Amino acid sequence: MKHHVIHPLTYFLVFFTLLILTGVTTAVGFYDLGRWNTVVALAIAVCKATLVVLFFMHLRYSGALPRLVMLGGLFWLALLIGLTLVDNLTRGWDPAPRGWETTSSAQRP
Amino acid sequence: MSTVSVEDPERSESPVHYLNIHYGVKSWLLTTDHKRIALLYLASITFFFLIGGTAAVLIRMNLLTPTGLLVEPATYNKLFSIHGIVMVFFFLIPSIPAVLGNFLVPLMIGARDLAFPKLNLLSWYVYIVGGMFTLYAVIAGGVDTGWTFYAPYSSTYSNSHVMATALGVFITGFSSILTGLNFIVTIHKMRAPGMTWFRLPLFIWAMYATSVIFILGTPVLGISIVLIALERAFHLGFFNPALGGDPLLFQHLFWFYSHPAVYIMILPAMGVESELITCFSRKRIFGYSFVAMSSLAIALLGFLVWAHHMFVAGVSMYAGMVFSILSYLVGVPSSVKVFNWTATLYKGSISYSAPMLYGMGFIGLFSMGGVTGMFLASLGMDVHVHDTYFVIAHFHYIMVGGAVMAYLGGIHYWWPKISGRLYPEGWARFSALVIFLGFNLTFFPQYILGYLGMPRRYPVYPPEFQVLNVMSTAGASILGIGYLIPLIYLIWSMRYGPVASSNPWGATGLEWKTASPPPTENFEETPVVTEEAYAYPSREVKVA
Amino acid sequence: MPESYAVAAHQFDDLEQQQEASSLGIWVFIATEIMFFGGLFTGYTVYRTQYFASFVAGSHLLDLKLGAFNTAVLIGSSLTMALAVYAAQTGKRKALVVFLILTMILGSMFLGIKFSEYATKYEHHLIPGIRFAPEGAYPPQMELYFSFYFAMTALHALHMIIGLGLLAVLVGMAARGRFSPESHNPVEVIGIYWHFVDIVWIFLFPLLYLVGGR
Repeated sequence: MKHHVIHPLTYFLVFFTLLILTGVTTAVGFYDLGRWNTVVALAIAVCKATLVVLFFMHLRYSGALPRLVMLGGLFWLALLIGLTLVDNLTRGWDPAPRGWETTSSAQRP
Repeated sequence: MSTVSVEDPERSESPVHYLNIHYGVKSWLLTTDHKRIALLYLASITFFFLIGGTAAVLIRMNLLTPTGLLVEPATYNKLFSIHGIVMVFFFLIPSIPAVLGNFLVPLMIGARDLAFPKLNLLSWYVYIVGGMFTLYAVIAGGVDTGWTFYAPYSSTYSNSHVMATALGVFITGFSSILTGLNFIVTIHKMRAPGMTWFRLPLFIWAMYATSVIFILGTPVLGISIVLIALERAFHLGFFNPALGGDPLLFQHLFWFYSHPAVYIMILPAMGVESELITCFSRKRIFGYSFVAMSSLAIALLGFLVWAHHMFVAGVSMYAGMVFSILSYLVGVPSSVKVFNWTATLYKGSISYSAPMLYGMGFIGLFSMGGVTGMFLASLGMDVHVHDTYFVIAHFHYIMVGGAVMAYLGGIHYWWPKISGRLYPEGWARFSALVIFLGFNLTFFPQYILGYLGMPRRYPVYPPEFQVLNVMSTAGASILGIGYLIPLIYLIWSMRYGPVASSNPWGATGLEWKTASPPPTENFEETPVVTEEAYAYPSREVKVA
Repeated sequence: MPESYAVAAHQFDDLEQQQEASSLGIWVFIATEIMFFGGLFTGYTVYRTQYFASFVAGSHLLDLKLGAFNTAVLIGSSLTMALAVYAAQTGKRKALVVFLILTMILGSMFLGIKFSEYATKYEHHLIPGIRFAPEGAYPPQMELYFSFYFAMTALHALHMIIGLGLLAVLVGMAARGRFSPESHNPVEVIGIYWHFVDIVWIFLFPLLYLVGGR
């Protein structure tokens, strides 16, 4: 595996991009956009994280295996969160209430 | 390739190998040789097996009578908790990976050691430290939450030593993570020339798949224990409904690891099984790539089914259906393996050595445990048998009838390589049979008990269940004796057993091409691999 | 630690194999860290969907500008870490030491700001488990929000402290000339760890500080 030497200029460009993105996401935080706040904030976070992973962590120049490991980890986290939400988000969907539940199952008396 | 060897190919001056190259406690406690570390693990997990086994003996003795109590109910809670925690975290999960895996992975791929030998030693020390915390908890009065630590009992209401036990399990988790990391890197980067992925022994595929589970699953157990500890220490509300928390969140996080954990326990056993079946039927494995890929499939699919432990806990009906379907799916790769092992046996030249007896027992018992798992995947059946002895029988068939039998089979099979000695075959076959009989007598009645409704974790039961319980306890006594016999003769053989040659079984595999016991660097020269795994000569059809 | 990194350890065939092994090793470790933090992210997600109003209320009690500044500080430390790796790759020993120390300074600054935020929370009685008593009316599950705030940022801070320790060791080794363009894997490996800790914060910042616009 060749260790790619990334020029410091690239690092500085990435750094300034990250700063700008941080500024944007903070500025957006001062406005109420309803559910778009979350979407924008997470989208920007994903962009920032991608830049760090590709350039600071050199994944852009690494072989297939480190990429597989990183993507695999992220995908696995998505499975954990996603399948847990399959339960949590569908709790209120049961056709017949079970009697001993009030509204949502988290607010037990 | 060597055929069945006559003993004593070495000169009369004893050869230097990994056991006699250095003597003294320091040379063992500071070793970085994967083979010595494997033996350190062997001693430690045997110790914990005895502790977990003692708890089991007390449980079974208490259950001899329907209402007579050998111990207080509160103590009974502690007994089954300790039995589960010690057996799962300190015996089963490390057993094959940390003992046989550590010993064999470098040998089987033609390497001199694992990728990170010092991390390997650290992994053992971490295991010991975790074990000491748990041992402290046991001695100080035990923990009564069950091995499953469900909140809010564990985080709020239990008065037992939850923190110490949780800390012990948390710490030991890092031992698994380090071992898994070591194996993955070693298998990727340190295979000998010519050892392509599809020439690897199936044991290595199994170790690789197990390591993937170590990496992706164990950290989630870690964080769920951290949350229990935080909730307990600071009265936070992560899982406490009174403070807005959801107890099911704990169960989701806990089972996200603990279901794949059972695949951590069985995949290595399946790897051992592939080695035993091929050697003792003198035949190539049927469907090598299917068996290899099914290991990965089990590891990956095994992560998608965890909420089948929660069908009656309050998950939504839709989640129940999703997880039920996924749980059926995970039975497919396991079945693939069973079919392939059976097909390997077909027209093989079978010899009934002790390892093979364990191996054949494995196929039957694992299959029984496995199909009862399919019963449990069914929502309707699970509602009926959840938290009964049916579940207990199911998982003991797999973990004991499956994993422990394979572990013992593997220990016997590789004993000549590990110790340089042969164990007494007669005693070994005898104990294999005792274990098989004792096991079935212990756990088969439990299927019936559970189906009839006897709940688990109860110190008393209705009188009509007594006969089956007595049978089960009788079986447990026989099983216990069956386990003690190998302990004795294996230790005996280290001193008095006949000296073993490098390949007493005439098996394929790089580990058999070096001396028994191997030198510290494993091979005189790095081997070059030119043939497939299990390259036993094709047999001509014998005329009867 | 072996005396010199210019020779491969005995289990490896050559230096390249050793470097590939340690690089793969750190990536596998990163995967475990993703799952470790991931458990907290899962709990956070579950409760945020259930108690959104409480999470908004809690988030608005955080100092957004300070958090943003802190984010910039941490990203800066990632820059200096990347430059340290460049210095190691090109054999610039003094630059390597300087950049490692700068990384440590920025990392410590991040921690300092974090702990000052904690101190502010303590003064305002916003630490669950230690007399949680916010001023005025608040949605009932705001305490749960703060439980996650502290658990997640504390776990992150713990990883930063460990990172500082690792960096200190690197500084010592670099100052003694242990690294060369051919052999400087510990710098890259610890760099990857440091960047990962930065990435965790890149997600913690919006999830904790930017819940619902102000």
